[in-house]
Amino acid sequence: MAMLRAVKTAFLPRFSSLISTARSVSTLVVAEHEGGAIKGPSISAVEAAKALGDGNLISILVAGSGPSLQEAAAHAASCHPSISQVLVAYSDKFTHSLAEPWARLVHLVQQKGGYSHILAAANSFGKNILPRAAALLDVSPITDVIDISGSSQFVRPIYAGNALCTVRYTGTSPCMLTIRSTSFPVPAISADTKSNEARISQVDLSTFGEDSVGKSRYVQHTSQDTERPDLGSARIVVTGGRGLKSAENFKMIEKLAEKLGAAVGATRAAVDAGFVPNDLQVGQTGKIVAPELYMAFGVSGAIQHIAGMRDSRVIVAVNKDSDAPIFQVADYGLVGDLFEVIPELLEKLPEKK
Amino acid sequence: MKVLVAVKRVVDYAVKIRVKPDKSGVETQNVKMSMNPFCEIALEEALRIKEAGLASEVVAVSMGSAQCVDTLRTGLAMGADRGIHVEATGALYPLTVAKVLKALVEVEKPRLIIMGKQAIDDDCNQTGQMVAGLLGWPQGTFASKVLLDREKQLATVEREVDGGLETLCLDLPAVITTDLRLNQPRYATLPNIMKAKSKVIKKYTPQELNVEIKSDLEVIEVTEPPKRKAGVIVSSVDELIDKLKNEAHVI
Repeated sequence: MAMLRAVKTAFLPRFSSLISTARSVSTLVVAEHEGGAIKGPSISAVEAAKALGDGNLISILVAGSGPSLQEAAAHAASCHPSISQVLVAYSDKFTHSLAEPWARLVHLVQQKGGYSHILAAANSFGKNILPRAAALLDVSPITDVIDISGSSQFVRPIYAGNALCTVRYTGTSPCMLTIRSTSFPVPAISADTKSNEARISQVDLSTFGEDSVGKSRYVQHTSQDTERPDLGSARIVVTGGRGLKSAENFKMIEKLAEKLGAAVGATRAAVDAGFVPNDLQVGQTGKIVAPELYMAFGVSGAIQHIAGMRDSRVIVAVNKDSDAPIFQVADYGLVGDLFEVIPELLEKLPEKK
Repeated sequence: MKVLVAVKRVVDYAVKIRVKPDKSGVETQNVKMSMNPFCEIALEEALRIKEAGLASEVVAVSMGSAQCVDTLRTGLAMGADRGIHVEATGALYPLTVAKVLKALVEVEKPRLIIMGKQAIDDDCNQTGQMVAGLLGWPQGTFASKVLLDREKQLATVEREVDGGLETLCLDLPAVITTDLRLNQPRYATLPNIMKAKSKVIKKYTPQELNVEIKSDLEVIEVTEPPKRKAGVIVSSVDELIDKLKNEAHVI
């Protein structure tokens, strides 16, 4: 008996590690679509899923109604070479991405599919739906994952990005994650995507639980129509802070952004002062961006703002206060009056290609 | 109608945190702690709802160590009617907090739960959604405006979403999580701080509420983020453009 126990303890660790590597990884990516196409952050979640393990079978779930869903399903089938299956849930319950029906849908699809992982983008869509679905499945989700090492170990920022926490998921399947899309950029898709187009299948909604569905109703959406690139995925971001002093002056930032082909960002101070709408806010409570070039004008660099842009490749700060904390993270700092610097930049910057 | 507000004690938002040398976490000893800013906004909204005559009672709830009582006192000084402290040691994850809140809902029978959209320490942004899911209640997350209709038992919630604002109509009972722009929280005045000392804080343990504290997560390590290499201060716009063009190659 004692010998047997000794054998057990000697072999069990190796044996169990064998099991865990042999256990197949299958992932469901809950995707958001608009205008017949899968949104960029959802495709980044597919990219992240690749890191969960070799031979990961990746399915993508799209839901909604109307012809735009069919287009989105077709786009999903070819938007990323790693997708092996597209699941389509066709019902007008899902048209407005309300959390109640969507969380039920994820629950239903998980019961049938038994996925080891469920992923969504850490944007307002994913953060609204995924935790609710996790509660229905009685598992703890992991928010805003920036790095994946294997099927159960993840890195995520805490304290506004001032610390990085490595966590191991020890719970039951599925392991649910929201993915920070700027940490998983999607490589340029090769032209030859037709060859590995994914299979499209319909989700059977006959057992869809109506519990808590219909208790919330969509009323309206007001969007800021903008012709500039999307803040979350722009190559260059030009941001204005309190130093701009007025909404009128903020137009200088917009002009500069136009010249650079950049997106416009703002600090909380600029939003609260009414210079720009809140969806331009960059920071812990706004958007997280990681562009090639981040230019901050009249931004002091509060912890909460730095949290949203610290992973930018090149950071430029223009501020008249040489002690502003933003200079501690800037690659290039210019101490000066932005009301002189911006016009000079507008004049001297090369035209965008 | 009773409103339940969940508040969390966290490291004050203005503190520059330090990672412990043994990488087990972030230093919280001898660090200024405060009510999570989003929770303050949640409590302020509940108080405004009560002051508008739409709610009869505002109950503040906090879970964690004994010091959470300080956070509850702050909430009572702002104007909450009474407090509930669920005393627990060790890390509480959102799923556990959501289960405790669900158990308290069964005791207190509120028609509305208001809470912050995220705690600024763990930055999870999960608890509100999870408690709504467990209760089968509708959720209005990231709220920047809340309108209650007591007659029809509806809440109209304007939400901050990517690319703009979305308005939803929720049947009560419901869960609402607050974004920063919902309101400007009030300061507690000295007389109210004194009054708060005599308000009741009821104590529970998770066991009394039949909630098992378990965790699906194991923290392996907590580290500092990579430092950015020191930058340079340029002296003119020309130099800046030159560096961006020829050194960083970004324009």
